[in-house]
Amino acid sequence: MAQIVIKNLQKKFGDFTAVQSSSFTIEDGEFFMLLGPSGCGKTTTLRMIAGLELPTSGEIWIDGEEVAQKPAGQRDIAFVFQMFALYPHMNVRKNISYPLVSQGMPRAEVRQKVSEVASLLGIQDILDKPISGLSGGDRQRVALGRAIVRKPKAFMMDEPLGALDAEFREHMSLELRALHDRMKATTIYVTHDQLEAMQMGDRIVVMNHGVVEQYGRPQEVYDKPATMFVADFIGSPPMNFLKFTGTVHAGDVAVALGGVSMEVPRMLETHTGEIAFGVRPEHVRLSDAGGYRGEVKATEYLGTTQIVTLLTAHGSVKARISAATRVNPGETVGLDFNGSTVTLFDTQTGRALHSSLNDGVFANG
Amino acid sequence: MAEIALDRVSKSFGKHTALRDVSLTVPNGSFVVLLGPTGAGKTTTLRVVSGLERPDTGNVLIDGRSVLDFTPAQRDVAMVFQQYSLYPHMTVRENLSFPLRSPVHRLPEDQIKRKVDEVAEVLRISRKLDNKATALSGGEMQRVSIGRALVRNPAIYLMDEPLSSLDAKLRADLRVELKSIQASLGATFLYVTHDQIEAMTMATHIGVLEQGRLVQFGAPRDIYEKPASLDVASRLGVPRINILPAELFGGAPAGARTIGLRPEHIQLGEGKPAKVGRIEHLGDQTRLHLELDGHKIITLTDAYSKLSQGDIVAVKPVNPLYFDSAGLRLG
Repeated sequence: MAQIVIKNLQKKFGDFTAVQSSSFTIEDGEFFMLLGPSGCGKTTTLRMIAGLELPTSGEIWIDGEEVAQKPAGQRDIAFVFQMFALYPHMNVRKNISYPLVSQGMPRAEVRQKVSEVASLLGIQDILDKPISGLSGGDRQRVALGRAIVRKPKAFMMDEPLGALDAEFREHMSLELRALHDRMKATTIYVTHDQLEAMQMGDRIVVMNHGVVEQYGRPQEVYDKPATMFVADFIGSPPMNFLKFTGTVHAGDVAVALGGVSMEVPRMLETHTGEIAFGVRPEHVRLSDAGGYRGEVKATEYLGTTQIVTLLTAHGSVKARISAATRVNPGETVGLDFNGSTVTLFDTQTGRALHSSLNDGVFANG
Repeated sequence: MAEIALDRVSKSFGKHTALRDVSLTVPNGSFVVLLGPTGAGKTTTLRVVSGLERPDTGNVLIDGRSVLDFTPAQRDVAMVFQQYSLYPHMTVRENLSFPLRSPVHRLPEDQIKRKVDEVAEVLRISRKLDNKATALSGGEMQRVSIGRALVRNPAIYLMDEPLSSLDAKLRADLRVELKSIQASLGATFLYVTHDQIEAMTMATHIGVLEQGRLVQFGAPRDIYEKPASLDVASRLGVPRINILPAELFGGAPAGARTIGLRPEHIQLGEGKPAKVGRIEHLGDQTRLHLELDGHKIITLTDAYSKLSQGDIVAVKPVNPLYFDSAGLRLG
């Protein structure tokens, strides 16, 4: 098990920069998510850590050793791919034993390790079955078993659940996380699914266009997004942005939006220009008293809650409210925003303006 | 605009029965979503309505008239498939104009242009109108194929998982768009999906299919709040409904075998003690994994919950659902 430190890691393919100077630290035993849209550089980052790609520049420290230019075989990590590649002509036991046998481990020891791993994964009773007859879930467990059995320093997983249907995916993500909680092995997991990242990760790195936009605990990244990209990419529906042009001053605790004063966390910087007032859907309330008005465009019933889409003077706003509230398309309602959760952004750069809410986020980069 | 009715329709393929005695009415101007797992008969239902398949027994009526002997073209339906099928050598505009240039329509070019521009705007592909179809991303291609159905103004729109190949964000946007397009056109939509969110958010009526049978038909709220069976109850709701022995909390009605608890049926703070396992901060809310007398329960609580792993929290059911030994809901 190991801590992994990434310093100024960069990868270019010809003229194309896939990863621009990334730096972050993965603590020993952490379940760490690399999150972002396709093409953001998350898989390239993972492949560099694994040694499947060599970085153009930068450092990768695994367990106190700098390995950036070392081949994969010398890094002692295990890689789990989206498509579980198993040897079809071997049974389950032989598939799991293979990495140990090829290391030249004595038979008795192999047998013992395989049975430990099998009981960890709950697959003791299929050890002597052929691969061909297995369900998708069991195949995935065998693939994991083969990765685990070597006791590597860390696991790299590239969208291991990406090919599964929703129901099975949920089941496997719980199982994978429970397995991690038993083993406490450092794991780096790549996904484009923000909910999966929030649900499974101890910490998240959000990447876009090869740049690390933010990293931190899931709830912190959600509550205190450092950029508009993060605020938009995380959350479903994403954060609302109400754009206005003006000046906010350090010390302000409210901004004027269409003539209505809106509470915000105390500002710690002054900024002039186009500003986005960012508020999460669950912090928008419908209230007759609200001075800010919006017309209900659509409602989406979700059982426990519903999403109401409203048209306002500053664009479309989504609110997540209780499904018990009756709302009719076409009606005009007052809106109230929970000011203590609001983030203001400079729309030019997408950067969050510094406030008492996100103070700590900027302090640790 | 039209009403569709299936009257006791059955259809088999060899030994496999795809539809068993399905009767269903899609009212004029409604958005009916057929929900079910793979193999439930959703796509077969669409194909029977479109005329691509003929039922073994039973009847298909459009506006009260049997259409069994009508070709797909005569039925005036537009179908959107999961796999987009565009003309690769044509531009987006040509692809969208194509149905309008058919001899049946004979629309003047200025009207075609207006119609295509309108639809492109709605589907946010205006800037791509002059691109070749092959130069589009998967999501854009799918929007063009939806657009090709929309320009035509058919009696009925049939859609087979049209959003399933799109990424999450685009899917969420298009859900709202499709629903508002349907409502503003007053069009009749019969839409197939295995995605419960699509069903819940877009449908005026949901039909739940299981193994070729229509097991429940009604408004999303009715199906969510009053599911006919355990299977239906498990199909809707995130996280999935917790199914536990009826007697776990006491006070179960006679004949109850299991109790079904959705997050809104679980009150934390009083009742039976449960141990907090994993806690997942999802941002807008927190997902709790609980263990109560050896049973696992997953529920939601607010985002800023102070609970931590290993805590004991009391759990009490509030207006839960009960099911009998056959899995049917009681009451």
